[in-house]
Amino acid sequence: MSLDSARQIQARFACGEVSAQEILEASFARIDAMDDRVGAFLTLMRDRAMTRARDLDRRRASGEDCGVLAGVPVAIKDNLCTRGARTTCASRMLADFIPPYDATVVGRLEAAGAVIVGKTNLDEFAMGSSTENSALGRTRNPWDLGRVPGGSSGGSAAAVAAGMVPIALGSDTGGSIRQPAALCGVVGLKPTYGAVSRYGLIAFASSLDQVGPLTGSVEDAARVLRVISGPDPRDSTSLPQALALPERLEGSLRSLRVGLIAELDTDGVDPETRAAVQRAADWFARSGASVERVSLPAIDHGIAVYYLIATAEASANLARYDGVRYGWRADRSDLLGMYRQTRDQGFGPEVKRRIMLGTYALSAGYYEACYQQGQLVRSRLRQDFEAGFERFDLLLSPTSPQTAFALGEKVDDPLAMYLADVATVGANLAGIPALSLPCGFDSRGLPIGLQLMGPALSEARLLGAALAFEHAHDYAGRLPAAIAGPVQP
Amino acid sequence: MSTTPTYEAVIGLEVHAELLTATKIFCGCAARFGSEPNTDVCPVCAGFPGTLPVLNGKVVEFAIMTGLALHCDIAPRCKFDRKNYFYPDLPKGYQISQYDQPIATKGFLEVRVADATTRVGVHRVHMEEDAGKLVHVGAAGLAGAEYSLVDLNRAGVPLLEIVSEPDIRSSEEARAYMAELRLLLLTLGVNDGRMEEGSLRCDANVSVRPAGRAELGTRTEVKNLNSLRFLQKAIDFEIERQIRVLSEGGAVLQETRLWSEERQVTYAMRSKEEASDYRYFPEPDLSPLVIDSGWIADIRARMPELPAARRTRLVDLGLSSYEAGVLVDQGELAAAFDAAAKASAYPRAIATWLIKDVTRLLNEGKLRLAELPFQPEHLARLVDLVETRAITVAAARQVLAALVTEGKDPAALVAEMGLAAMADDAALREIIERILDAHQAQVAEFKAGKTKVVGFLTGQVMRQTQGRAQPQQVNALLEEALARR
Repeated sequence: MSLDSARQIQARFACGEVSAQEILEASFARIDAMDDRVGAFLTLMRDRAMTRARDLDRRRASGEDCGVLAGVPVAIKDNLCTRGARTTCASRMLADFIPPYDATVVGRLEAAGAVIVGKTNLDEFAMGSSTENSALGRTRNPWDLGRVPGGSSGGSAAAVAAGMVPIALGSDTGGSIRQPAALCGVVGLKPTYGAVSRYGLIAFASSLDQVGPLTGSVEDAARVLRVISGPDPRDSTSLPQALALPERLEGSLRSLRVGLIAELDTDGVDPETRAAVQRAADWFARSGASVERVSLPAIDHGIAVYYLIATAEASANLARYDGVRYGWRADRSDLLGMYRQTRDQGFGPEVKRRIMLGTYALSAGYYEACYQQGQLVRSRLRQDFEAGFERFDLLLSPTSPQTAFALGEKVDDPLAMYLADVATVGANLAGIPALSLPCGFDSRGLPIGLQLMGPALSEARLLGAALAFEHAHDYAGRLPAAIAGPVQP
Repeated sequence: MSTTPTYEAVIGLEVHAELLTATKIFCGCAARFGSEPNTDVCPVCAGFPGTLPVLNGKVVEFAIMTGLALHCDIAPRCKFDRKNYFYPDLPKGYQISQYDQPIATKGFLEVRVADATTRVGVHRVHMEEDAGKLVHVGAAGLAGAEYSLVDLNRAGVPLLEIVSEPDIRSSEEARAYMAELRLLLLTLGVNDGRMEEGSLRCDANVSVRPAGRAELGTRTEVKNLNSLRFLQKAIDFEIERQIRVLSEGGAVLQETRLWSEERQVTYAMRSKEEASDYRYFPEPDLSPLVIDSGWIADIRARMPELPAARRTRLVDLGLSSYEAGVLVDQGELAAAFDAAAKASAYPRAIATWLIKDVTRLLNEGKLRLAELPFQPEHLARLVDLVETRAITVAAARQVLAALVTEGKDPAALVAEMGLAAMADDAALREIIERILDAHQAQVAEFKAGKTKVVGFLTGQVMRQTQGRAQPQQVNALLEEALARR
């Protein structure tokens, strides 16, 4: 059976055409057949999933409504806590960590009938843009197994792209949902900051982190967002009001004002990507929207500001991994030695680099020039976006300046890797929603991602415009040739 | 002890008060003392990955109340910050505190030292979470311990940090400030005042400078001051020590010192590995705290009467400032006074009874008023009986002992114990004549001019009447009778 649409799966389950157990078996069959090559998953939760599937089948048989995601297999990025199932952050530090609680989003998915099949690979502590910083496994891009899936939600993106699950959750601190979605040819949405609870998301940079869906279609992204968003008393930064997401998305583009961000339409962007984004802009113009180039000068400072603020927050967020209460502990009898070795052995090089950067940015004598200056520019950037949204309803850009790069291509050049986030960090710094969806393929057959950004809480508008684009094109739902072919359960 | 005239001490106090909220500051765990180790702990206060803090509104309310009681400005908007440092009792590797935007600033506390009232400025009041506790095995401290156990019951217990201005000039004044602050927190019901248990802690910043000099000397921070007495002694020691160092041409080192009650000295703590840089930055997991004026007004309206106001009111009722002070400093006496005085025309007499006889009874029995069936209204009635001369003071003391421990109506006790005043002149004269007959020798001494024996004879009469006769009346009748002999 096809696993590319949550909507279809739920409909077929609800009417009794297929059982949750059959759906789940199909999902595991596909994972078993191809995850050796793709490496999307770190942990499979077969028993928990099967128990839930049986439970769903029983409840449906007794006439119960099992929810809008009933029977739908989902993959969860392994920085989201799952009660009783190890949650590693792809780090040696947490390789054996079993949380005694579910993340709020995990609980909400399950309450809506979703069945969690497993935990997906990521860059260690979500720090990276290729998933190569995982200490626990390598994930490959289903479109070209020699290339990266993007990151840090690379496992989630690859799992959806490979048709193992129709939907997955990721987290996005500077592009970690959208960039892998773009590189793997799926839809990825980073919601407005505070729209989705962060409780149970293992923090990288608290003021930027946001959980969101990676899906095969825009409609499924909306469906997942409806389930996971909304206020959470356990997260003080979750917004008090729920997102207004109509049951039927408005697909009309008439009178929509679209801005093409000039700073992200330059020679720094791969020509084929640039051309694809231009074609998308032209399509918007043809479809009734007005399209203009718009300059947001603060975007150019985005990467610098992002790496000051994100690393500063990370340096504090990762201080708790000291070997005292949980996780990896080095075998040393003196306190200082235990601290030092635990953190030396438990963290990988990129995590250490960022802890060092962040500690520096907050240190006496550098705070004003680094962290404080970063906050200042961050508010400038926010103002730039606000000004932009007075004139435009939506902003367009490429999601990533290039399509999937080769495994190993950038691992020795952290700065080049950081620049992969140039188009995406702005939305996190401004706290606004942003969505990536496929808008074409390059000459190598690799998917290209189009990014749509809107003002805070404009998810309905973003999803509506994306839906219209998706319906008018046939980029969605394609399965990569590299791993194509039906698999029987 | 006092400083030599050429030096002046400059002292500021930093007080940490654990708040008496039912739950911790950022999670739902019980905030209490004495549970089994690591039983009042959840993933949030243990700093587990992915957990988030949620601010306890009661903590803010207590902070506002304390700020108002200290005449502070309450910030309409403030925030929390992360204070970063590694220690095994600090689960997140940072403490959530308030750095540059405390909830309350610029207040003062009036402090009485030897009849003079001075005003000690309150620099700031801020909210923060407490750390856990380390239990060292094999040694008294971390140094030399075989291993250490971590107890996180206290991690996340809410604290108020109250920082004074360096306005204090003597150890007596420091003690008085601390005592008054403790009383204030007790009166507000935000802290239990137990310095010995560590729920109210105090650090003193002490420096000295040549008298008349404006700039401050190098200060030391003295910790481990877990009683008012230790506080005063440690400050005295530290002042003397610094003066000695300076007089000998040395320099005071800026350092943290601990008071040793055993050795009666302060000593330098093991110096830290490096100068501490806490790398404060705004806590991104908590939104800025907005306090609207309506909330403040509501809290102000619900505040109990504060000690200073209470003292003034008692003085207005006719009490001496000493009496008012004694009653208010022991909150439960003041409460008993208020209840009794309401039902009596003799407030000053009630105060005297509370301060002298009731206090003596309590001390003798090591009792607390709250533990007894004592009813203040009964004290009011007893005082009425004394003041209207229905019973004597001596009889009243006997009634009081029963009244305090049995909680009975004094009039009933007087009847039961047969202690009604004996005011009948004829009956007293009869007793007096009998006594004089029995003490011919003393009567002769009186006649020879030794008038002192009147006291002895009065005592005999009082004993005969079991204290029920009024001494003045007995005296007058006795002198009459002696004159007739």
